[in-house]
Amino acid sequence: MKAILDDMPVRGRILAAIVLLALAAAPFVANRYLLSVLTLILYLAYVGQAWNLVMGFCGQLSLGHALYIGLGGYVAALFWLEFGVGPWIGVFAAMAVAMAFGAVIAWLGFRFGIEGVYFSLLTIAFAEFTRIGFDNMAFTGGAGGLFIPYEEKRLGEWWNLRGGQWMYYYIALLLAAGAVTLTAWLARSRLGYQWVAIREDETAARALGIDAFAVKMKAMLISSAMTAVGGVFYAFYYNTLFPSQMFDMGRSIEIIMAPIVGGLGTVFGPVVGAFVLTPMGELLIAATERLGFNAPGTKAVFYGAMLIVIIMLRPAGLWPWLARMLGVWERKP
Amino acid sequence: MLSVEHLDLFHGDARALDDVSLEVPDGAIVAIVGANGAGKTSLIRTIAGMHRPAGGRITFRGVDIAGWPSHKVCNLGIGQVAEGRQVFPSLTVLENLEMGAMLPRAKALRRRQLERVYALFPIMAERASQAAGTLSGGQQQMLAIGRCLMGAPELVMFDEPSLGLSPTVVQDVLRTIRDLNAEGLTCVLVEQNVAVSLKLASRAYVLENGRITLSGTGAELLADDRVRQAYLGL
Repeated sequence: MKAILDDMPVRGRILAAIVLLALAAAPFVANRYLLSVLTLILYLAYVGQAWNLVMGFCGQLSLGHALYIGLGGYVAALFWLEFGVGPWIGVFAAMAVAMAFGAVIAWLGFRFGIEGVYFSLLTIAFAEFTRIGFDNMAFTGGAGGLFIPYEEKRLGEWWNLRGGQWMYYYIALLLAAGAVTLTAWLARSRLGYQWVAIREDETAARALGIDAFAVKMKAMLISSAMTAVGGVFYAFYYNTLFPSQMFDMGRSIEIIMAPIVGGLGTVFGPVVGAFVLTPMGELLIAATERLGFNAPGTKAVFYGAMLIVIIMLRPAGLWPWLARMLGVWERKP
Repeated sequence: MLSVEHLDLFHGDARALDDVSLEVPDGAIVAIVGANGAGKTSLIRTIAGMHRPAGGRITFRGVDIAGWPSHKVCNLGIGQVAEGRQVFPSLTVLENLEMGAMLPRAKALRRRQLERVYALFPIMAERASQAAGTLSGGQQQMLAIGRCLMGAPELVMFDEPSLGLSPTVVQDVLRTIRDLNAEGLTCVLVEQNVAVSLKLASRAYVLENGRITLSGTGAELLADDRVRQAYLGL
């Protein structure tokens, strides 16, 4: 922990402290709507960070991270609904199931040399056929979905993720801050350096005796487990689970937008990306609704346009550029 | 030290190595000469554990390592300077060097090896905190060699170490290999620069279409008519 702080310039430490304090104080000043947007931002920063480990640091493009959101959400929700076991236990089952799927994908991809775009297709395929499976499984509610009931008497049971907007906000803040800390620590660790080595030149990394398979496998396991935690949060926040929504390709894209826009392979990139993209998306939706035309694809078009703009203007993402401007340059690992 | 016997390797259906046998004595420089696509890189990578051979034995200090994964082979003390200056561009020079010392066998020796590399390439100490991608081609090759030495290898296989370098830098690289060998490092050298590598080598093999077609001391091959015609243009 101390080493992470030592790595940050003084201005960076001050800035991080201010942002963290402001976020901690936000519920006292923000209205309900603003708080829900902030919750969404922090959630996207969290899952973006989880994906960033596998793509940004280890260089393996997963386009099916919705799989782990869906599995995490469904497993914890089923534990709650079927056995009355709360998500504070269910989350471990969710992580285990997501890791099992992640391990199978990683094993298929990395053991049999399914690399690059083929690996990405593999991740999409798994998310898709799991979605189809859930669509047709009766005990998960099938395509009709699964609903977590709103119970007045349970409000305040934060360990069961039952509560009001404040509770969800603080849990999302905790998740995002935890993910940033974990990433900062991993980035400086032996494993983090091995990830970067594999991202930059896998052949050279192997020539140095790095066990590429094990190192990539660890990236997938950590990332899938983290993403599953995000899925649990998502399920208990929105209380509704539909396969077509949880496992959707669009959800996978949503996860990867923040880190790409913010800066792949950086510690703060996913957070910055989430803070830039989400409010703009929300504003856009509000604006189109105000103008009276309801176009469901607006957000997707907006994300696409943002991606093009960012790739053209700041291919390394917003954060490396912003950090230089602010004089808090994070040394890119 | 290293002996390869009847090694066969296939890339899919294509035969890359055909019954290759060679001997690398302790303390020697062994050159492997051949045209592009003759199988030189395949041979090095198979020894390093990056390709799985279809048959044959690779014995290092009495242990058959054929089919071992590369991280285990590396940890025995077989280092590799891969083709094309494969440094990690966004990592600093020092971080690149440290990547070479992640092997279990090298961890305890890290500091000593770093001093050795800095003594060998003073420029690496000067540029320690600079991103490796900003080094010149020659410096990157030095870094790749230094990084390999961080693993405290007993045998290093150099794959085309002079590729794409200017003539004076090529001389530096080859001199470094000769110096390392004089300090006791056993070397396998795959070079397009046939004349120079044969002069350096105590033993050399000619690889053609995946087969060893000729072998002898460096001097013998330098004097051989076939080698002179095919590789030296004489």
